[in-house]
Amino acid sequence: MRSSLQLQSELAPSRRPNHVMHAFLAEVRYELIANWRQLDFAMPTVLFPAFFYLFFGVFFGKGSGLATYLVATYGAFGVIGTGLLGFGVGIAVARESGELRLKRVTPAPPAALIGARLVTALWFSAFILFELFVLAAVLADVRFERGQWLALAIILLIGTLPFGALGLAIGTRVSAKGAPAIINLLYLPSAFLSGLWIPITMLPEFLQQLALFMPPYHLAQLALGVIGLDAGHPWQLHVGVLAGITVVAGIVAMRGIRR
Amino acid sequence: MQTSSNRIAHIADVHHSYGKVTALAGINFELRRGEVLALLGPNGAGKTTMVSLLLGLLRPGSGNVTVFNKDPRSLSVRRRIGAMLQISGIGPNLTIAEQIDLFRSYYPNPAGVAQLVAAADLAELMDRRAKALSGGQLQRLHFALALAGNPELLFLDEPTTGLDVESRRRLWARVRDLSESGRTVLLTTHHLEEAAALADRIVVIDHGRVIAEGTPAELEAEVSGRRICCVTRLSIKTIRTLDGVRRVERRGASTEILTANAESVLRQLFAQDPELHELEVGGVGLEQAFLALTGGELDSDAPQEEAA
Repeated sequence: MRSSLQLQSELAPSRRPNHVMHAFLAEVRYELIANWRQLDFAMPTVLFPAFFYLFFGVFFGKGSGLATYLVATYGAFGVIGTGLLGFGVGIAVARESGELRLKRVTPAPPAALIGARLVTALWFSAFILFELFVLAAVLADVRFERGQWLALAIILLIGTLPFGALGLAIGTRVSAKGAPAIINLLYLPSAFLSGLWIPITMLPEFLQQLALFMPPYHLAQLALGVIGLDAGHPWQLHVGVLAGITVVAGIVAMRGIRR
Repeated sequence: MQTSSNRIAHIADVHHSYGKVTALAGINFELRRGEVLALLGPNGAGKTTMVSLLLGLLRPGSGNVTVFNKDPRSLSVRRRIGAMLQISGIGPNLTIAEQIDLFRSYYPNPAGVAQLVAAADLAELMDRRAKALSGGQLQRLHFALALAGNPELLFLDEPTTGLDVESRRRLWARVRDLSESGRTVLLTTHHLEEAAALADRIVVIDHGRVIAEGTPAELEAEVSGRRICCVTRLSIKTIRTLDGVRRVERRGASTEILTANAESVLRQLFAQDPELHELEVGGVGLEQAFLALTGGELDSDAPQEEAA
């Protein structure tokens, strides 16, 4: 019975009632599978935050405020990486290989193409946060309330979004070969200057002022706010900046994709 | 503007350039329901630009492009077409079966998997990842993906580039099958043989203009004729004004003239240049005629648009 049904659906064109959802789910599934099959590409992004935390948080900062601070900021560092690099390099490669061109000719919903990448990036972000939280709780004796862990996870996961948009905006405008270099050139210095690697208060005063202009700073401050280690700006400022980045970069990215 | 009821796609007076390079210089073109049309022309003639316009990948610099009487970018159009692009890629890490499944998911009424696999001869390759495919196998995958949506209108941009002779013949047979099942096919090629073997109608383009159009038989009748080679002191401009001369080209010391009426042209030539010598008169096959039509230096004083 089952095989005859299957046969029928394979021979005759079949009408799907909810094919947009079907397309979205297929895109998500295959994006995850494709990424899983080339994990070596994602390894640095996924492992660096935990590796840095192990070094600075666990070995140097165990039991101190540093270990606590760095959970939030390496978390931010990690999700910013999956957003910028996952989206940016991914879209640059898809554009240059002609994959994007081929999909633009199909009725594939653009939201499905972007959505699939977002789900993939969130998956990597979640994995990074899991690594960090386990290291922090088990090896660095960091103690938060359950609600704080949860808030931290949610803020940082959502924080993938503005940087994903930023990555897309860059990735639609640079070559596949240039994308990793250009994105890292923005990502790594701005991470440092935003206080993601060492506490922002250890930087000179003028750099602390300059940090206000760094997108990663605002995500880090939101995360640090959960554990009471932020610099004291109103949270609305940070949310406003990140939302603004998402909208502007999103528009730039959509224009770039349509080119 | 004329509209015919069986028109399925239309390019109306389109100019398009990339920076300073003119790709299309006022093209008018229509595609009719059910036909196999070959866009024939040398590399750089503007074929891919035309296909990109019809697929909505490019917007025309000026003029108008419609497919199914709509903007080619609209979703309803994209659900009814399929395309094999000259420049296109595919995710390297998915298998053929997965790629086909993914592309089928984009369409409300996709073609059956078995149909696609048979049409593109992919049965033995279903578990192979795209990055492990040869050029020819990749072409076949792209052919299957172009058919995934069961399209009414199929675009094949240089579909047989890189295929060996046998695969090429097989693809030709598939295109004929598709045509018999009522689909409209637009293919671009720079091989006359391919156009003549497949097309109901051929449109020859060069330097962004339509330079000839018709059924393969009509085209042959129009462009074939006699070729006169001789050494003469007459200028190309003078020869061009002679009655019955279709094309003139200077080749080193000698001049090559294409004409449908060699006797008349020869009488006129001798009347104006009695010292004409090294005369040769020969036939022109379709292949030669096509080369002559599109050969770069034929119209030596035509504007040089494609400088890049």
